[in-house]
Amino acid sequence: MKPALQTRRLLRKFGGYIATNEVSLSVEQGARHALIGPNGAGKTTLINLLTGFLEPDAGAVILNGNDVTQLAQHQRVKRGLVRTFQINKLFADMSALESVTLAVCERLGWGWNWWRPVGDHQAAVDEAAELLSSLGLREVLNQPTRSLAYGKQRLIEIALALAARPTVLLLDEPAAGVPASESRELFETIAQLPRSVTILLIEHDMDLVFRFADRISVLVNGALLAEDKPELIAVDKRVREVYLGVSLDG
Amino acid sequence: MSTQLKPAELDPLRRAADWQRWEYAFWLLPLAAYFIFPKSLSLLSQIAITALFALSLDLILGYAGIVSLGQAAFFGLGAYAAGLMAAHGMGDPTLGLLVAALIAGCGGFISSFLVLRGTDLTRLMVTLGVAMMLYEAANKLTELTGGVDGLQGIEVKPLLGYFNFDLYGKTAYWYSVVVLFALFFLARRIVHSPFGLSLQGIRQNVGRMPAIGAPVHGRLVAVYTLSAAYAGVAGALLTQTTQFVSLDVLAFSRSAELLLMLVLGGAGCLYGALIGTAVFMTAHHFLSNMNPQYWQFWLGALLVLIVLFARDGVIGLLVRLRGWLRKSA
Repeated sequence: MKPALQTRRLLRKFGGYIATNEVSLSVEQGARHALIGPNGAGKTTLINLLTGFLEPDAGAVILNGNDVTQLAQHQRVKRGLVRTFQINKLFADMSALESVTLAVCERLGWGWNWWRPVGDHQAAVDEAAELLSSLGLREVLNQPTRSLAYGKQRLIEIALALAARPTVLLLDEPAAGVPASESRELFETIAQLPRSVTILLIEHDMDLVFRFADRISVLVNGALLAEDKPELIAVDKRVREVYLGVSLDG
Repeated sequence: MSTQLKPAELDPLRRAADWQRWEYAFWLLPLAAYFIFPKSLSLLSQIAITALFALSLDLILGYAGIVSLGQAAFFGLGAYAAGLMAAHGMGDPTLGLLVAALIAGCGGFISSFLVLRGTDLTRLMVTLGVAMMLYEAANKLTELTGGVDGLQGIEVKPLLGYFNFDLYGKTAYWYSVVVLFALFFLARRIVHSPFGLSLQGIRQNVGRMPAIGAPVHGRLVAVYTLSAAYAGVAGALLTQTTQFVSLDVLAFSRSAELLLMLVLGGAGCLYGALIGTAVFMTAHHFLSNMNPQYWQFWLGALLVLIVLFARDGVIGLLVRLRGWLRKSA
């Protein structure tokens, strides 16, 4: 089976600085793949290259066997490559239901409909409400996003991504800023996603990574240092060196 | 999965586009104004026309978040288009509106590719620049536009072949109000549609929109074009109801005042555009009558007060007032 997401010698420079150095990453179908690395390793740049926010200087991004390097961000989303953001990117003045209905409408290709009110697109409203309820947000459906607690906003961040029905979901530090008690719940929610959704997780919290991932890639100075099963990464000498001083078990 | 969702939980969104009682009441105002101020019909027509112009800015600024200091470019395009047609024997008003909308819309479509590139500051400069270029072009092309003397010889035919434009401005008033209402109705449908919601999404978080699969650039081109067409219709209305086009349809002050009106009323709400225009133009009228030389002082004072104490404009004040009344009730 073709990998869900693959990069071929992906290269990106900022001036003379090489942020992404010939990265060839392969994420298998249905994987729970984690991408780790110290600060400044180039994780965010890599995500931006995968989603099309940045263009690579060389190399290719391949989604389910198709080269998507030339596609714009929204076109990649239409093909199932969807991300969440490390820092929330939400629609502050919309209610939770409005936000997610907007995302569902876009997925269904209704984003250009200009005559019928949003509320009359019943299938989209129902789907958005179901999705939010399944994430435990039923109580706050009609509250403006800005008024919600951070943990709840974090869930809307994920709901917006799920509304696009990803086949490959890139989670950029989903638990960032969420209190430990809530981050456990958050990861339980993520762990319940069906295996038809491939997940690439970028995360700082090693505890979470080792609990969640079945495969780990380590990025250092813009290049892939190692890729293996978690138990082998945990004992990998080079990886330990990079994280020296930073305890591996969190 | 959760238990069945109740309709009541979805109603706030499902019924968001329903007409409210106060809206019906609001649209009785132009009717009432006709009978209460029969001698001020020309001012009232101007208000209706400018309100339409303000709607055009609200669509791009209030909804999509595109700042513009050059909306007069499209107002002027529409005004000259309708004027030139009427000066060359094609004075049918509705045809004039359509052609004006088309030409201004084309102008909007073409310039959108310049305007939408940058950030807010770039957009301010580019919209300003486009309007200035058109102003000077109209100034220079005296044979076509009459330059500073204005476009002469405009003959507008009876509306729908039947209603003459009378000296009292009755036809002009009803014409302006009906066109305003029709285009308001259309704008209201649009802002409540998925397309309209996506525009708000772009304003509230432009970085998120591509990540939910929305083509931001295409949406902005569409709304910018639409907004230009609206402005063009407003310009055409002014030409047809005054039977004259002067260079100041393209003037910077027209764009700047429009921005003030929208901020005064409350951007991002169609009624904000309407109310802001009415308040601004009424204040303008009375203040300049009281004090022809220094009236702008009071207008300035009003604006400073609005920005200090009512960031979201008159509409924001009204919404808060309703909140207080409900609490105390």
